[in-house]
Amino acid sequence: MEKFTTHTGIAAPLTRSAVDTDQIIPAVYLKRVTKTGFDDALFANWRQDPEFVLNQPAYAGASVLVAGPDFGTGSSREHAVWALRDYGFRVVLSPRFADIFRGNAGKQGLLAGVVSESDVEALWGAIAASPGAQITVDLTERTARLGDLQVSFDIDDYTRWRLLEGFDDIGLTLRNEDRIAQFEARREAWRPRTLPVR
Amino acid sequence: MTTDIPDRPRTLAEKVWDDHLVVKGENGEPDLIYIDLHLVHEVTSPQAFDGLRAEGRPVRRLDLTIATEDHNTPTLEIDKPIADLTSRTQIETLRRNAEEFGVRLHSLGDKEQGIVHVVGPQLGLTMPGITVVCGDSHTSTHGAFGAMAFGIGTSEVEHVLATQTLPLKPFKTMAITVEGELKPGVTAKDIILAIIAKIGANGGQGYVLEFRGSAIRSLSMEGRMTMCNMSIEAGARAGMVAPDETTFAYVKGRPHAPTGQDWDDAVAYWRTLPSDEGAVYDAEVFLDADELEPFVTWGTNPGQGVSLSQAVPDPASFTDPNDRAAAERALEYMDLTPGTPLKDVAVDAVFMGSCTNSRIEDLRQFASIVEGRTKAEGVRVMVVPGSARVRLEAEAEGLDKIFTDFGAEWRFAGCSMCLGMNPDQLAPGERCASTSNRNFEGRQGKGGRTHLVSPLVAAATAVLGRLASPSDLPQRVEA
Ligand code: SF4
Repeated sequence: MEKFTTHTGIAAPLTRSAVDTDQIIPAVYLKRVTKTGFDDALFANWRQDPEFVLNQPAYAGASVLVAGPDFGTGSSREHAVWALRDYGFRVVLSPRFADIFRGNAGKQGLLAGVVSESDVEALWGAIAASPGAQITVDLTERTARLGDLQVSFDIDDYTRWRLLEGFDDIGLTLRNEDRIAQFEARREAWRPRTLPVR
Repeated sequence: MTTDIPDRPRTLAEKVWDDHLVVKGENGEPDLIYIDLHLVHEVTSPQAFDGLRAEGRPVRRLDLTIATEDHNTPTLEIDKPIADLTSRTQIETLRRNAEEFGVRLHSLGDKEQGIVHVVGPQLGLTMPGITVVCGDSHTSTHGAFGAMAFGIGTSEVEHVLATQTLPLKPFKTMAITVEGELKPGVTAKDIILAIIAKIGANGGQGYVLEFRGSAIRSLSMEGRMTMCNMSIEAGARAGMVAPDETTFAYVKGRPHAPTGQDWDDAVAYWRTLPSDEGAVYDAEVFLDADELEPFVTWGTNPGQGVSLSQAVPDPASFTDPNDRAAAERALEYMDLTPGTPLKDVAVDAVFMGSCTNSRIEDLRQFASIVEGRTKAEGVRVMVVPGSARVRLEAEAEGLDKIFTDFGAEWRFAGCSMCLGMNPDQLAPGERCASTSNRNFEGRQGKGGRTHLVSPLVAAATAVLGRLASPSDLPQRVEA
């Protein structure tokens, strides 16, 4: 997983609240057998509307989503994070995230930053004033800056540390590689082996 | 093996856990547990392999990993391409991944192919004192050997493939003691259905169940597997039975069982595994084996069951309002009227199979009842062996002939109508006596109605066309 310190990209406003995971990625896309390539599935139903924010040229290539409260509610599907990530989002800012979504995001390298409701509205205002403007998200400082506007966001220390270090769950475990190897060296010979085929 | 062993009496589950500690978690963090055996199938593995690929990670221990195809495989015409696109994609993806990463795979048509929980024990890979995981909830089956075995999700599958470990918090332990002797015609399936009815479909949540007592000791390995298989239906993480001579005899001589000095070392260690005198469990449950009768579910969760000799319960008899509401909903779905004797309930189909009851002993039990008889008219009877090897074994014993003479369909191995991911499904409204483990709405096909039963009850039901136990059958006419 890539380390996350600061990120600069186009901010897209998603001026809705309670965006659930069914809207982030409709269930029909769950049949796939891959963990990547879900960019076309993101907000698939809404994207059929030419007016939808991500269909507007100003927001092409957006990588920071500024959303209303209660983002990521509903089913616990990890695909929601995959779809956001595959589309190109590195950051979602919202006044409130569903717990499971926030947990999944942290594990997959997507920064879910909690911003106050008034700051989200301020950001929406600033974006509306200059559509396609760049926003800089600084995880070390826990701030987001768009033009003259600077807001701060919350993220728990553990998730922040993981993102800064670029550790996914497997990366975290592999920090104990030596302990795993030591354990393997003392495993008894009778324990099962699938290879060679006997 | 580890230096962290506490100096107090321990349960079987604690011993196996302690011996797999790679890193002991501090300050409320999970322990890092080593995994001895990782079983893989086509449904929950594709994204795990894809994740490895994306990060450029290999499978850490190919020699502790084995894959088979089961959930989507057809049980007829297995040499033809699979018609359903999703099923075919999942299977083809597993084949590609196994090839690319070097994982041992038993594909449809191979003699070791079959339901993942039948294949592990049959190859002698499942043994006492090991940890077993699989991206499938019924991994609890392997606990019958005194192994710590539990189902995991797809991201955990990826984690085990990459690291051969899992970060986990210890489970609580529940002792379920079953003392006494079973009446003829009462089997492991009836014990576990009775236990789930007693503690509820969530009664085991967060626990490892340890089945103990004289009635459990006298069960065969197949019976113990049936019980541990369904631990998950009580909400438990895992089920376990302490290893004993029955276990050792079952493992010995199988293709991957230890041999020579390794075997002696293994058995010496396995004998240390049973729970110590005075070990403390977080919860305890007792059951009297002498009183058990053949059991059957009437509802849409495995906890909604009663003795087959009873009637469909009246929802009004439940004191808990949630239970009452659940019963009302279930009876409506099942199209049953309170007070109807269960033995008056006619069925359209009988399914003999699934990882709960599809081993050779299960097929023998079914055959012992249907031999020399003819199935009830209009009832569709499907016998699906748990693995290709069980199929071969059954054919060598002539069981297939008994089944087909009876009027049953003799199929190829797989999960089949346990969940109907392949074409083996109930039609809407059809009622089925099934030896599988889940009677959820639509589990065996949209609108299908499932009664969970033992192989003996399934057989007697197939003869009479209504729910029945072997004792309800007229004597065979001797030729
Ligand atoms: S037989 Fe049924 S319960 Fe067992 S693994 Fe297959 S689908 Fe799951």
